[in-house]
Amino acid sequence: MNPSAERIREKFPTAFVRAEVIWAETTVYLHPESVGDVVRYLHDDEAERYDYLSDVTAVEYRDLELPLQVVWHLRSLPFRRFLRLKAEIPRGAPLSVPSVYPIYKGADWLERECYDMFGIEFVGHPDLRRILMWEQYAEGYPLRKDFPLRGRFSRSEQLRQALAAEPESRYSMTELTIADAFEDLPLEMRQRLAGGEKTGE
Amino acid sequence: MGLTARPDRQLVTVAPQSQEGWVATRLDFLVNWGRANSLWPMPFGTACCAIEFMATAASKYDLARFGMERMSFSPRQADVLICAGRVPFKLAPVIRRIWQQMLQPKWCISMGACASSGGMFDNYAVVQGIDTIIPVDVYVPGCPPRPEGLIYGIMMLQEKVKRERMSDERLRDEMEPDPTSKLYIPASAIDELSEPFGNSVHQTRSGL
Repeated sequence: MNPSAERIREKFPTAFVRAEVIWAETTVYLHPESVGDVVRYLHDDEAERYDYLSDVTAVEYRDLELPLQVVWHLRSLPFRRFLRLKAEIPRGAPLSVPSVYPIYKGADWLERECYDMFGIEFVGHPDLRRILMWEQYAEGYPLRKDFPLRGRFSRSEQLRQALAAEPESRYSMTELTIADAFEDLPLEMRQRLAGGEKTGE
Repeated sequence: MGLTARPDRQLVTVAPQSQEGWVATRLDFLVNWGRANSLWPMPFGTACCAIEFMATAASKYDLARFGMERMSFSPRQADVLICAGRVPFKLAPVIRRIWQQMLQPKWCISMGACASSGGMFDNYAVVQGIDTIIPVDVYVPGCPPRPEGLIYGIMMLQEKVKRERMSDERLRDEMEPDPTSKLYIPASAIDELSEPFGNSVHQTRSGL
């Protein structure tokens, strides 16, 4: 078992639910509301150093009590460790878990996809919108078990709604620009761009 | 010269070194012959069919033999839209916009099962055949079609182009669905025709 699981159990006794090992991969089950604190500890602590977030996703099981699980895959590159965190959301409880975006910037689109497909709200995410389906999509959350495979609307209605929108409204040109991210770029890259560097063509 | 005056018997000879070389034909034939042998494709590749399309364009199958080696990545300079792959609903307005940007004369090839009918993707995200969005001239079956299949479809399109008549006034008409037309099928009737079938019988639109 990954030694981090034992340390989580000691440091966060109220958050820890259980841990299990399947195929040499450790999974730690946590209470949904405390995921943010645990991930912050795993990222910051010198003995853990989980510096890479592989995935944020969710699974729905045909379980009457705990149907939905939100899953985080963390990887520690210095220690070469892999840790899977899971939060089980009981039936009827609000579908909301803390966002790990303040810790890993890469969680941005992963959490948006999870919100798009399952309707899980990531509290603290700065820009929680649909990412795969268009923003006006009104049929629900496609990966839920109660979502019919062909969608809720008729084929002709789906097509009518799809064609009603202008393509520009789905593909935001402002999202494609790098001007907004200019200040976040490395210094050397900023200098090259500011100097109007020619490409090799 | 041969078109203006009757050729002189002595002038036209069969000797190769003194060939006069004139030809008389229908204008339709000449125009269609020119169009059919230099169709500029607009590739709209979204999935695995696009890989087969690339193979068709590459050296072994050599689309250049049909005058199609010039891929036009601008719809305004294209003659034939080749939709290779599935089209999700999110792309539906995009492919329609591309079709509207293409200039007449224009044709469309629907390559593969997904573009033609939705294929195996009978689900919430995929358009069930691009002919619900744009008019299609040739459907190429296959999942994906082999290059030979696409080439056969292209040759069928060439046959179709060669049979066009300029005297046909409605040839280039672009019609929006007209509810007053006798051929118009209302959306409710389309739903009736496209009820779940096969292993989808347990799927209902209400989700319950």
